[in-house]
Amino acid sequence: MTGVVRGSRLGEGLRAYRLIAGMWIRSAMTYRASFVVTVCGNLAVTGLDFVGILLMFSQVDALGGWRLPEIAFLYGLSVTAFGIADLVLGSMDVLGSRIRDGSFDTLLVRPAPVLAQIGADHFAVRRLGRITQGTVVLIWALASVDVDWSAAKVLLVPLMVLSGAVIFCAVFVAGAAFQIFAQDAAEVQNAFTYGGTTLLQYPPTVFGKDFVRGVTFMFPIAFVNWVPACYVLGRPYPLDLPEWAAFAPPLVAAVCCGLAGLAWRAGLGSYRSTGS
Amino acid sequence: MDVAVDETGDAVTDGAVDGAVDGAVDAFIELDRVEKVFDVRKKTGFLKRERRQVRAVDSISFTVARGEMVGYIGPNGAGKSTTIKMLTGILTPSGGRLRVAGIDPSRERTRLAHRIGVVFGQRTTLWWDLPLIDSYKLMHRMYRIPDARYRENLDRCVELLELGDLLDVPVRQLSLGQRMRGDIAAALLHDPEVLYLDEPTIGLDVISKAKVRGFLRELNTERGTTVLLTTHDLQDIEQLCSRVMVIDHGRLMYDGPLAGLHEVGESERTLVVDLERELPPIDAAPARVVRVEGPRQWLAFPASESAAALVARVAAEYPLVDLSVREPDIEAVIAKMYAGDAEAEKAVS
Repeated sequence: MTGVVRGSRLGEGLRAYRLIAGMWIRSAMTYRASFVVTVCGNLAVTGLDFVGILLMFSQVDALGGWRLPEIAFLYGLSVTAFGIADLVLGSMDVLGSRIRDGSFDTLLVRPAPVLAQIGADHFAVRRLGRITQGTVVLIWALASVDVDWSAAKVLLVPLMVLSGAVIFCAVFVAGAAFQIFAQDAAEVQNAFTYGGTTLLQYPPTVFGKDFVRGVTFMFPIAFVNWVPACYVLGRPYPLDLPEWAAFAPPLVAAVCCGLAGLAWRAGLGSYRSTGS
Repeated sequence: MDVAVDETGDAVTDGAVDGAVDGAVDAFIELDRVEKVFDVRKKTGFLKRERRQVRAVDSISFTVARGEMVGYIGPNGAGKSTTIKMLTGILTPSGGRLRVAGIDPSRERTRLAHRIGVVFGQRTTLWWDLPLIDSYKLMHRMYRIPDARYRENLDRCVELLELGDLLDVPVRQLSLGQRMRGDIAAALLHDPEVLYLDEPTIGLDVISKAKVRGFLRELNTERGTTVLLTTHDLQDIEQLCSRVMVIDHGRLMYDGPLAGLHEVGESERTLVVDLERELPPIDAAPARVVRVEGPRQWLAFPASESAAALVARVAAEYPLVDLSVREPDIEAVIAKMYAGDAEAEKAVS
């Protein structure tokens, strides 16, 4: 019985998400010129991001022992995964302002899960720009890296992107839950999401051991690309992890979702009992 | 028990089932000693914070029958919005028992959502950049309103709220009054059994107010929709509500017909008389002269007394040219009530 209810709740959530995201797309389309400009601008800005890395490699041959195609591989994985999460749940940082101006209440009187409603809030197609750019870099990297491709390695690449996207989604949800407690915390959330994806663009070897330990076990974004990418590239793992750790991302993603779900529930529960 | 009731369930059946269980057949909204306590943290130093508990709603009990139209009034911070938020499932009560259509709002928020309509006067739920009709289409799909029902309800709202010319206009181009009418329509497309309105006429001009009030009256009489509205505009109450609840400091101060409020508040009517010439203040106890301005005098008398006797007496004894009777200003009555409450509290503490 509960299984059925939960399943239908997920269905309800996805349906509500689709409806609301559609409204935001139509809203954006009412300003066509502005829409075109922001899409182009977004492509250009995210494109410049990688140009920075290219410039760096015009001066050095390797970064932390990693060569350009390998860095591009890390970059492509991280940016694509983050881009998907950003497209799906990227506007959850507006939650704080929705709570402050009281419009969060209007979502609570709708017959749809609040998480779906707030997730679809300010849905923006322009965010496809990041995914496009990440995918282009990733494809170039896959063509350039010197890897002995096995079935497992081939399978691991899409698995990494998807799990990574889910892990980032979980971070967005947890961040949103945190914003319910601390309403002005959009920047804290951004530090973890945008900050996280930026740090994953560099190889783990450039960071200190304790830091790497932190992003592996505490805030496990190392599983978005570092650990599985090391397996694909035939490099030693950043920490003394067993070989199967490369295939852990789906598991890590599932655990993250569970924890984020609990955090969200706690956050919403506290809102509804304090009415801040 | 909650699980057994089907989602799309017939309202009447639900009500009957729950009524039988609770023993109150007609109570559509039921509050039994409902409380809401907030923890307020006040900054007292750089990192120090003082925690204090505030009772926003302090043991309120009332029931509203199906089809009633109730005004819920009180000063800012009295607990009106908190009560509405608990009734809609936005907030969870700290104590007491609360049921709307037999549903516990905080536990089954989404199920209740299908049966209630909410209009927040100061926040629109319409889509700013899109034509008004698009917001309605979203409601149609989100609430899964059957097509025929949706068309019928929309046509009705469009006709009564005069929205015909506005449906294709982006919401951002609507005036405040037009937007409010649009919001009310949006809250009614799914046939809610109860409509909550938080300050529905705030900021509207006289004509818009009249349109909104006319529509609500019609909705209540034609459809039997239960209406609960909070307002600062006492004309809303005078023109719409047969029953008023006054809340202050989280407590229910008065619950009854509007007329009764006058007695509780010891309100007075005023007889304004124009005499032939300037005269000393008229002596007509229990009425007393409160103001004299040339030949015109103002006499205050208890609202419960008949004006006829007083008029006859004044006409017999004084050279009367003209007269008029002014009804008590309900605002003054309520202000008096609050003042009385404050004094009582002072006396206690």
